[in-house]
Amino acid sequence: MLKRFAFALALLVALPLHAENQLGGIRPDTPLAEESEAPQIPPVINADVKQVRNYPDQPPLIPHKTDNYQIDLNVNKCLTCHSRTAVEDSQAPMISVTHFMDREGQTLGTVSPRRYFCTQCHVVQHDAEPPVVNGFVDVDSVLGHMQGAATGGE
Amino acid sequence: MMLRFLKRLWFIIAHPATHLSLGFLTMGGFVMGIIFWGGFNTALEVTNTETFCISCHEMRNNVYEELKTTIHYTNRSGVRATCPDCHVPHSWPRKIARKMQASKEVWGKIFGTIDTREKFLDKRLELAQHEWARLEANDSLECRNCHSMESMDITRQSKRASEAHERFLFTGEKTCINCHKGIAHQLPDMHGQDMFGASTHSPQPMTPVQGDSAEVEAYIRTAED
Repeated sequence: MLKRFAFALALLVALPLHAENQLGGIRPDTPLAEESEAPQIPPVINADVKQVRNYPDQPPLIPHKTDNYQIDLNVNKCLTCHSRTAVEDSQAPMISVTHFMDREGQTLGTVSPRRYFCTQCHVVQHDAEPPVVNGFVDVDSVLGHMQGAATGGE
Repeated sequence: MMLRFLKRLWFIIAHPATHLSLGFLTMGGFVMGIIFWGGFNTALEVTNTETFCISCHEMRNNVYEELKTTIHYTNRSGVRATCPDCHVPHSWPRKIARKMQASKEVWGKIFGTIDTREKFLDKRLELAQHEWARLEANDSLECRNCHSMESMDITRQSKRASEAHERFLFTGEKTCINCHKGIAHQLPDMHGQDMFGASTHSPQPMTPVQGDSAEVEAYIRTAED
């Protein structure tokens, strides 16, 4: 009985302390029941400078704005610059040959339908601080670390 | 009866007015001229507004809806293009010529050429081609009414945009519409259409194989086996 009472008391004391600030992430400071001020929408990076890939088979990031690019059954706006025949005029990188392969690995004459919708994999980047800390480590760092460990560095 | 009426009409026109003074006739003509001309121009300007364009559901539910999502309708500074800014020439003789062409659109409205979404989509390529041809022929005049080459500061553009403008626009190799098709509306089915102006890499018609084709056919048959 006494034990139960003590537990309830502990809960009563602990709850209000805890409830204030336990959400974290995108809305760290505002209690759940209240509405926080919306952060400003960050601009899309439009520098046309290729960004590093975090792992070799990462779909390359789009280094420019793609507002209102039409990608549907009628037309693919991205391919007006990135298609095989357009790159001489546009000087844009051509979509890789993997985009011509069907799921059996057969190379087709044109873009494979399963690779047609560019923005399923390729995305633009915003000039913004990530709201959640990302602990991703590049494979080179991992290898370097392991080599260091193997040669008795640590 | 009819002939007598015409003869009477000709008599009135061909003879001097007997009861009306010259001053009344000239001043009356002048005033009526102002009223008729002003009325004509006012009516013309009414047909040259977006409100008029979207008073028909064909325009309101299709192209106008699409325009609303684009930079020419909504942007940071709030300057926007209305339908006639891009689709009607601004100089008077060209405007009249375009308006006369547009009388075909009245015909289309009456007979419901694009009065459903499906009919519109079926006809959309043809309609778009008319506009592309018009803008190609007048060197994208309606674009240039606002976007002048002289005022375009390419140092404030992205690298990609400035390079493209330097290479194609300033050299006169291409005109705005060559690359900016679909800037204000959705594009129709573009298969086989030039998205980038005429290019050496556009699909060419194939030339038939010269010489003995039997050999080739024989080879294909062996490959099939």
